[in-house]
Amino acid sequence: MIEISHVNKWYGPTFQVLKDCTTSIAKGEVVVVCGPSGSGKSTLIKCVNALEPFQEGQIVLDGIKVNDPKTDLPKLRARVGMVFQHFELFPHLRIIDNLCLAQEKVLGRSHAEAMAKGEKLLKRVGLTVHANKYPAELSGGQQQRVAIARALAMDPIAMLFDEPTSALDPEMISEVLDVMVDLAREGMTMMVVTHEMGFARKVAHRVIFMDTGEIVEDAQKDDFFGSPRSERAQQFLSKILSH
Amino acid sequence: MFSNFDFDVIRRSLPYLFLDGMTFTLTLTALSAVGGLVFGTALALMRLSGFKLLGRIAGLYVDLMRSLPLVLVIFWFYFLVPYIGQWLTGASRPIRVGAFTSSLVTFIMFEAAYFSEIMRAGIQSISKGQPAAASALGLTYSQSMRYIVLPQAFRNMLPVLLTQTIVLFQDTSLVYVLSIPDFLGAASKVAQRDGRLVEMYLFAAAVYFVISSLASYGVRRLQARIAIVR
Repeated sequence: MIEISHVNKWYGPTFQVLKDCTTSIAKGEVVVVCGPSGSGKSTLIKCVNALEPFQEGQIVLDGIKVNDPKTDLPKLRARVGMVFQHFELFPHLRIIDNLCLAQEKVLGRSHAEAMAKGEKLLKRVGLTVHANKYPAELSGGQQQRVAIARALAMDPIAMLFDEPTSALDPEMISEVLDVMVDLAREGMTMMVVTHEMGFARKVAHRVIFMDTGEIVEDAQKDDFFGSPRSERAQQFLSKILSH
Repeated sequence: MFSNFDFDVIRRSLPYLFLDGMTFTLTLTALSAVGGLVFGTALALMRLSGFKLLGRIAGLYVDLMRSLPLVLVIFWFYFLVPYIGQWLTGASRPIRVGAFTSSLVTFIMFEAAYFSEIMRAGIQSISKGQPAAASALGLTYSQSMRYIVLPQAFRNMLPVLLTQTIVLFQDTSLVYVLSIPDFLGAASKVAQRDGRLVEMYLFAAAVYFVISSLASYGVRRLQARIAIVR
C-alpha cells in the first residue's frame, strides 16, 4: 500500500532530515512510528502524501508514485486521510461543514450525500450534538475526533496520523485513542506517529523507531517491545516506559 | 457671533447635497472598496505566489501607487483612461469616459495597493497548518485559497479593511479636482454660488465627521465581537 524507498531529504544545502529511509506498509497494517523529537518522523509521514517534498528516493502510494511531477497530487491526497497534531479544523466553518467541504468540492458529492456521510461519522465519534457548533467551541479531544471524522469522510484507503494526541490534555488523549483503536481493529491501513506506546502495544502490527533522520529499527511489535536490537531504541523505550 | 451667517442655506440645499452629492460619494466609496478589495486580493496572491516575476510586478505596482499623491493619480487617470480605452478597443480616437467612470477606475487602482497589503498580512496570519490540512483533503491550491485561506484572512482583516474604507470615504472628496459634484463638490458649488463659504464648509466638515465617527465606532464594536468569536 505504502512503499517508501531510500528517501533522502535536506533542509537547505547541508541539513539532512531524512537519511535513506526505507520501509513499507501493507494493506490493513497498523504501523507506529516513534522516536525522539527532531528524529524526522513527522517529516517522513508528511512526505507520504507529499505535503513535504523530498530530494531523493521514492514513495509509492497504492501503485502511484508520489514524487512524480506528473502525479495529480490533489487527487492522490484525497485518497489518504491525514490527522494533524493541532487538529487544523477550519475555524470559520461549522463542524458539519468541516466534514462536508472536501466531500463536495473534491469528490463531487451532492450536499445531501455529504451531509448524510458527515452525520454518520459524527455519530460514530460521538459528536452529533455539536454538528452546528464552530471548532473553537469544542475541546481539544473533541476537535481531534472531528478531524478524524473529516478525514474518514473521504473514504480513504489509508490514514496518516501525525502526533494526534501530542497537543491534548492528558484526560482527552484516551477519547481520541479509542477512536483510533476502533479504526485499527476494523482493518484500516494506518501509519501513526506517536509516543503513545499503549496504543502501539494494543493495535500496532509493527513499530518503526527513528533517530536523527534514520530508521533505526523496523520490527514486529512483539520483537520491538520484547528486545529492541538497537541500543538507541532500548534507551528510548526505557525512558518513555519508565514513568 | 454668527449673526452675519445664514445657516438657512444649508436647509435649502439639503436635497441637492444629499440626494446628488452624498449619493455619489457613497456609491463611489462602495464600488471602489469592492473593486479595490478584489483587485487588491489578486495583487496579494500574486505577491505571495511562487512565481517571482508575478510577485515582482505586483510589488512594483503597489510601491508605485503608494508613492504617488492621490490627486496626481486622479488627474493622471482622467487624462489617460480615454487613451487606454482607445488602445484597448482599437477605436480611431480617444474614447469618451465619464468623470464617474474615470474616478471609479482611479480609486479602484489606488485603493487596491492598500487593500493588497492588508490582505497580504491577512493571508500570512493564517497558520501554515490550514492550507496543509486543505491540501491533505485533496483541495487544489485555488480551492484551498478560496474556501479556507481567503475567508479567514478576510474575516481577520475586516476591521482594518473597514477602517481603510473610511479613509477612502474621505479621500473620495478629492474628485473635486475633476469638478465632479460629490458631497464636498456639491457643498462647494452651493457655497460659491450663494457666497456662503463658511457655512457650507463647516457643514460639510460636520457631516464627514459624523459619518466617519459613527463608522469607526461601528468598526470598534465589530472588532470586539470578532475577538470573542475567535
